[in-house]
Amino acid sequence: MRIITITIIAIKHKNLENPVQFTAVSRSLAGLMFAFGLLLGATPVVAQETEVRIAIRDHKFEPAEVNVPAGQKIKLVIENQDATAEEFESYELNREKVVPPKGTVSVFVGPLKPGRYPFFGDFHKDSAKGVLIAR
Amino acid sequence: MAGIAVLVFREVLEAALIVSVVFAATRGVPGRARWIGAGIIVGVLGAVGVALSAELIANAAAGMGQELFNATVLFAAVVMIAWHAIWMATHGRQLAMQMQTIGSEVSVGQRPLAALLVVVALAVLREGSEIVLFLFAQTAGGSGVVDVAGGMALGIAGGCATGLALYLGLLRIPIRHFFTATNWLLLLLAAGMASQAARFLVQADLLPSLGPRLWDTSMVLSDRSLLGQTLHALIGYDAHPAGVQVLFYIVTGVLIAIGMRVWGKPGRGVPRTA
Repeated sequence: MRIITITIIAIKHKNLENPVQFTAVSRSLAGLMFAFGLLLGATPVVAQETEVRIAIRDHKFEPAEVNVPAGQKIKLVIENQDATAEEFESYELNREKVVPPKGTVSVFVGPLKPGRYPFFGDFHKDSAKGVLIAR
Repeated sequence: MAGIAVLVFREVLEAALIVSVVFAATRGVPGRARWIGAGIIVGVLGAVGVALSAELIANAAAGMGQELFNATVLFAAVVMIAWHAIWMATHGRQLAMQMQTIGSEVSVGQRPLAALLVVVALAVLREGSEIVLFLFAQTAGGSGVVDVAGGMALGIAGGCATGLALYLGLLRIPIRHFFTATNWLLLLLAAGMASQAARFLVQADLLPSLGPRLWDTSMVLSDRSLLGQTLHALIGYDAHPAGVQVLFYIVTGVLIAIGMRVWGKPGRGVPRTA
């Protein structure tokens, strides 16, 4: 949020030739930021979550089938053991995140309804396929 | 080669669509091609920089650096688009009138092109960094130079051609409605970006989802289809958005619309040069 605030100040200096109009615009932007700030500030503390680990080895997910409980927030911890980057992606889970070479990242999903949620590695689509099964 | 071309195409498409809307919205501004070209160049350089520091970004903020980075980039673009859209609401009518009566493309005062340079640069940076990372992975994985170069060329050409088609389509809008149309497009573009930013913050567990899947229209229009991706880039279409994404979408759209309405009244914001 701080970066955005600085941007607004930068705009302010460039637009001094028309101060009346700027004030109006800046007020609306400030309102926008305030709304976002409220939402960010309102983040509740997480009560309950399940952690699941998935490895990427030779451009494949291990395990390729992951069972998770339905109705709970899940933290997917993805460890890339390959020397090349991968992108964890899923349309069903609505998630995408780059996993650097030899790196580990976390992605939060859910709470999920029971069902199958396929995911894939966008950089090695032919081999990197998996599915999250919520029950 | 086909796999490479498809990924490159998808990423280029998103950036190209945004550039097309911006290019249309700056119609009649002298030197706009230079500004937007500069935005693209800055974006490409930024993309390489981001790709090279992918590990650094990924490990920052307790492993949530990517989400924070993406959300910040998106929010910055939202602010820039909002500023331009509201500015145009105050000046666009006059601009369109002059273009109609004089019949040539004239500029009304100074326009905030720098804001749109930033929007273009950020769009290219976001999509471009994924391409660069992907190409690193491909070449490291033993793909041939011909495959990579060919796939890239095909993907970039396809993405740019689609962007050009959108631009030419927009030009067919009658001039008296033109800036109203591009302004609404900018509003929806910004709302979609805010929704995407919210999604990243939910992914990082920094925002509550307010319902992880408010609805599911993937049976009607899938996110992975070409139309779904086009609408995703342009108006933030999401087949199954989280509640907070919809909230961010609406709040952003409404605030920009209010800004345009309040400061876009006739007689307001007449440039001093006129």
